[in-house]
Amino acid sequence: MTTKLMGTKVQRVEDDRLVRGTGRYVDDVAPDALHVAVLRSPHAHARILSIDVEAVLDIEGVHAVWTYEDLDGAMAEPLPLLIPHPTLTHGRTQYALAKDEVNYVGEAIAMVVADNRYLAEDALASIVVDYELLPAVVGIETARAAERLVHDDVPGNVAARMEQSNGDAAAAIAAAPHTLSLDLAIERSACMPMEGRGVVAKWDADNGRLQVWSSTQTSTGVRAAVAAKLGLDLLKVDVITPDVGGGFGVKINHPWPEEVLVPLAAMRLGRPVKFTEDRREHFISSAHERAQLHHVEVGFDDDGRVLGLDVRFWHDHGAYTPYGLIVPIITSTQLLGPYKPGAYHVQFDSLYTNTVIVTPYRGAGRPQGCFVMERTMDAIAASLGKDRAEVRAVNFIQPDEFPYDHGLIFQDGRELEYDSGDYPAMLTKIKDLVGWDEFEQFRAEMAGQGRRVGIGLACYVEGTGVGPYEGAHVHIETSGKVKVATGLTSQGQGHQTAFAQIVADELGVRFEDVEVTTGDTRRMPYAVGTFASRAAVMSGSAIHKAAKKAKEKALRIAAEALEADVEDLEIADGVVSVRGTDASIPLGTVAVLSNPLRYAFDEASKAATQFSVGDPGKPPVAEGDEPGLEGKDFYSPPRSTFASGMHAVIVETDPDTCEIKILKYAVVHDCGHLINPMIVEGQIHGGVAQGVGGALYERMAYDESGQLLNASFMDFLMPYVTEVPTSIDIDHLETPSPLNPLGIKGAGEAGVIPGSAAFAAAIEDAERLSITAMPISPSELFALRQAASTNAGETP
Amino acid sequence: MTEKTHELRLTVNGVTHELTVPARRLLSDALRHDLGLTGTHVGCEHGVCGACTVLVDGKPMRSCLMFAVSAVDVEITTVEGLAHQDGSLGPVQQAFRECHGLQCGFCTPGFLTTITAGIEENPDPTEDEARDMIAGNLCRCTGYQNIVKAVCRAAELKAQGADR
Repeated sequence: MTTKLMGTKVQRVEDDRLVRGTGRYVDDVAPDALHVAVLRSPHAHARILSIDVEAVLDIEGVHAVWTYEDLDGAMAEPLPLLIPHPTLTHGRTQYALAKDEVNYVGEAIAMVVADNRYLAEDALASIVVDYELLPAVVGIETARAAERLVHDDVPGNVAARMEQSNGDAAAAIAAAPHTLSLDLAIERSACMPMEGRGVVAKWDADNGRLQVWSSTQTSTGVRAAVAAKLGLDLLKVDVITPDVGGGFGVKINHPWPEEVLVPLAAMRLGRPVKFTEDRREHFISSAHERAQLHHVEVGFDDDGRVLGLDVRFWHDHGAYTPYGLIVPIITSTQLLGPYKPGAYHVQFDSLYTNTVIVTPYRGAGRPQGCFVMERTMDAIAASLGKDRAEVRAVNFIQPDEFPYDHGLIFQDGRELEYDSGDYPAMLTKIKDLVGWDEFEQFRAEMAGQGRRVGIGLACYVEGTGVGPYEGAHVHIETSGKVKVATGLTSQGQGHQTAFAQIVADELGVRFEDVEVTTGDTRRMPYAVGTFASRAAVMSGSAIHKAAKKAKEKALRIAAEALEADVEDLEIADGVVSVRGTDASIPLGTVAVLSNPLRYAFDEASKAATQFSVGDPGKPPVAEGDEPGLEGKDFYSPPRSTFASGMHAVIVETDPDTCEIKILKYAVVHDCGHLINPMIVEGQIHGGVAQGVGGALYERMAYDESGQLLNASFMDFLMPYVTEVPTSIDIDHLETPSPLNPLGIKGAGEAGVIPGSAAFAAAIEDAERLSITAMPISPSELFALRQAASTNAGETP
Repeated sequence: MTEKTHELRLTVNGVTHELTVPARRLLSDALRHDLGLTGTHVGCEHGVCGACTVLVDGKPMRSCLMFAVSAVDVEITTVEGLAHQDGSLGPVQQAFRECHGLQCGFCTPGFLTTITAGIEENPDPTEDEARDMIAGNLCRCTGYQNIVKAVCRAAELKAQGADR
């Protein structure tokens, strides 16, 4: 009997090629391609008066130089607004190459195609642009003040104002025995995958086909966009996503200017063309996230139970809104976490600034929401003098209350209805794991040594596996090997492994015989993409369903061949056998039988030719049947499934230098049934490291003129091994989702969500200072100490 | 104006290649684009992330901070040269696989070369020493937890296969 692989730590099939250096990332394909370099705006806000490219044309090795003037048809229209929303009344998107105006440092203005990147960059230096500088809008306060505008036709710099409520929050707060108000801020950060964006295109004039490789999180999305922009039939365009060096959200936005310009260049020049983004470009011309200011009004009872919660916040979405309102909508809904306030009202403004655009970064608005809610819980506990865990516990949705409907609409336009979870059990686990109840003793011990420590806790709920759907195709070859395709893409999540586990279990074949392809529109043209912790839930479920279909067909054919009843058959190690007998048939042979042949091409296929099989009185392929041993299916759930987790951290703050050191980091996580615990834990590790970065190090340092001052790895402080916890203690809780056949929930983003909330709580606990803005650096902590001692009337 | 080029020989993974490149051609680009050894990845082009690390006479060096013309008369080892002669995975490669020390794999070649040199110098690193060994390389996926484990495991595997 084949052992079940679901839930086991299967080593990854991806690794062999990746550790040998034989993986294929987008810059590795088409070595003969011409290279693109892009002239980017040096100004945050300016009118383009003229562009002179004359000098470029004579440069040896240059094949083309284009500005907006060289674009026509759909290419000359603004890039798509991917996710429209009725409240996004003033959505704006950029042009592939700037038309008349630039709105952030880094916006594409012109492109050069040359023999290599060195020559292409040389040529950029010969382009002369005459600008009329306009005042820049940088930061939420400036945008909100609206003394100057990013877009002349967008009053107040407001792209959207959205409001949702459940109950009468204002009345509940007014009637509450206790109230508090808080102002909370989170700064900008970014995904920063180690591989930037990249795109390669080849135009096959002989076949009239365009082939595009893109380092994207959605190959079907890029395909549709390229076809629309270039005026090609969809079926003339193939998009392949090869190995991708990390995404974390930024690569879900599409099409980037280069994703349509490079294919256009390949078609016009008749040569393969490549664009590989460099690190500085990634900082100034991809996307950022996180910056929001929040104002909270909360009313609560003597136990700390939230009776009414009113949150007003302001979201900085940068210069354009290609990805709509997804990030602030997620903040506005997911900040509720595992809690059930008596009444809730939320309103946000999504604001333009002259900075890089904002699209989801792992967590996508949840880290901010979690920070707001958890800071509020801590503030309630502090004002009542209660234990912070206890205050959380009285506000939890209880296990018997699922499905729990919050009475709000989520980011996918569906009800915010939690499917399952067990928050009290999780709280018990995290308290045990971090040593919550023993902490005061530890604090006293440390204090005895002159050391200052603090503990923080943060809880979150994450809607994962959003729709609309994903699909899968499972094909059993006559060799018995199983080829699986799903359309969403992979950026290091180990999909080839996890999905093969699901197939091996369902079909009863050897794991080694399953090969999974992702993100190739030639293999699966219907797909959405990899975001919102959805791949395992969506494609995992679709693959499970498709494998089930292939299995049903295999059993039907095998039953006929073995003259047995389907009910008596089992499949193990790729062989169908009649239970309790020696009668068996390999799946490969079943595949041969599934495809009636006229021509034999090898020994195996002889068995399927017209004189060997079939009832001469019936059609070789029965009505409603298809040749081949395949299964194809789609998974489209009614709504998201809600994963959850709690993190706790113990920090030590240096009394002199204000250095913040992590002593312990604990995670309890519930993503339903685990497919591969090794991969899930790896996802959590990576998320926690990004959480550390977001809480203590990473920020986008824009000056008031809109220049990004730290656009390099020298200055943007991404954690090295020296900045992350030396160990991360992880415990799992498994409350299966009732919404999909495998009972799984997403796990990709979880690790990062509570980072800032947990660190803020721990630092506040260590310092007895109110922490309301993250990230926090040692110098900022020093300033807080200074301010506190000044306020207390002491000499600083 | 045609750019002046230089003829040079690069010895990479024991094989000598002849190529003609401009003086400004980065070693990383020469390896990737002139020699087709695309296992070496470029993550920042300013020497901070370590993804492009190769071994130059056994010492880890950032190939994005070297010119190809300055890499003559040395032995260069890239990730493609880390497997055993028989094609099986070398100890650091094997350890990364066993310990789940990689996710997207983009930074991995730089870690593999760095650690190969590191355990040559310190064959039995403690966890703290393992952290020091990789403290100059960035990874955005793993949170480094399993990479630290992989360093220790690689040292173990290397010691076991010392007579190989």
